[in-house]
Amino acid sequence: MDQNQNIPTPASPDGRGDHQGKDVRRGRNDIIFISALLLILAIIGLGFFLFRKEGSSVTVEVGGQVYGEYSLSRDTVVDIATGDGELNRLVIRDGKAFVETATCPDGICVGHRPISRMGESIVCLPHQIVITVTDGVDEGPDIVV
Amino acid sequence: MKPSAKKIALLGLCTAIAMVFAWIESLLPPLVAAVPGIKLGLPNIVIVFVLYRFGWREAASVSFVRIVAVSLLFGNPVTIAYSLAGGFLSLLGMTLLKKTDLLSTTGVSVAGGVLHNAGQILMAMLIMSTAGLGYYFIILAVTGTVSGIFVGLCGGFAVRRVRIR
Repeated sequence: MDQNQNIPTPASPDGRGDHQGKDVRRGRNDIIFISALLLILAIIGLGFFLFRKEGSSVTVEVGGQVYGEYSLSRDTVVDIATGDGELNRLVIRDGKAFVETATCPDGICVGHRPISRMGESIVCLPHQIVITVTDGVDEGPDIVV
Repeated sequence: MKPSAKKIALLGLCTAIAMVFAWIESLLPPLVAAVPGIKLGLPNIVIVFVLYRFGWREAASVSFVRIVAVSLLFGNPVTIAYSLAGGFLSLLGMTLLKKTDLLSTTGVSVAGGVLHNAGQILMAMLIMSTAGLGYYFIILAVTGTVSGIFVGLCGGFAVRRVRIR
C-alpha cells in the first residue's frame, strides 16, 4: 500500500504501518476465507438437497396409473376409491399428507407417519396405492424479498 | 472527538455517492431473473471505504442515512426493515473482521455481502414467521460472495487511491 497517496485521517489506524508482506498474507487469508465459506455453503446446500427438501404436492397412483395430484399447501381430504367399495382416506393437513382411514386388512398405510419431504411415500399394498411426495403443483413463492 | 465541518461534509458526500450507486443499481436489469434479490451491492463500496478510512461509527451513520433515504425515495417503507437488518448485520461482521486484521478489504467485504443477505433473510423469516427460506439463503449467500469480492476489490482500490485533503 503506497502510504504517500494517503493523507492520513484521524480515525484511520489502517492507514499506517502497512507492509507488502502483510498485504500478501491478507490476500492469502482472503482466498482461504472465501474458499472455506464456499465449501461450507456447498455442504449446507447439499444437506438441503439431500435431507431438507419439502415437496409441494403428493401424487397418488393406483395400480401404476396416476389417480390424482394434490397440493400440500392446501388442506384437503381425498377418498381414494379403488372399486368394490374399498376406500383409503388421504388427508392433507398443515403441509403433510397421511392416510386417516382405510378398508385394507393390514392398515400399514394408516400407521405410516405423515409425509412431506421429496420422495417420501406411503404404500398400501392390498389396494395397490402409492402416495409419493413430488414437486408438481408449485404455486410459486408467497413473497419475493 | 468533535466532528469537524470537513468530516461532516466528506461523510455527506459519501452518503450522496452511496445513494447514487443505489439508484444506478435500481436501474440495472436483474442479474438473474429467476432468483430475485441478487444485487451487486454497489453502495457497499462506499461503506467499505468509509469503514476503512474513517471508522465503524461513521460507516454506520452513512449506511443508515443511505438506507432510509433510498427506501423513501425509490423503494417503499417496508423495504427499510429488510435493508436495515442487512446493513446492520453486514457492518457488524465487517467491523469485527477488520479488527482481527487477518483479511484484506476483499475478505471483509465478502463477509459483509453474505451477512447482508443473512440479515434480510432473517428479517423476512421474522416478518413472515416462516423458516422455509433457508434454501433461498444458500443461493443468495453464494451470489453475495461473488458480489462481495467485486465490492471488496473496488472498495480496497478506493481506500488506497482516493485522496482526502
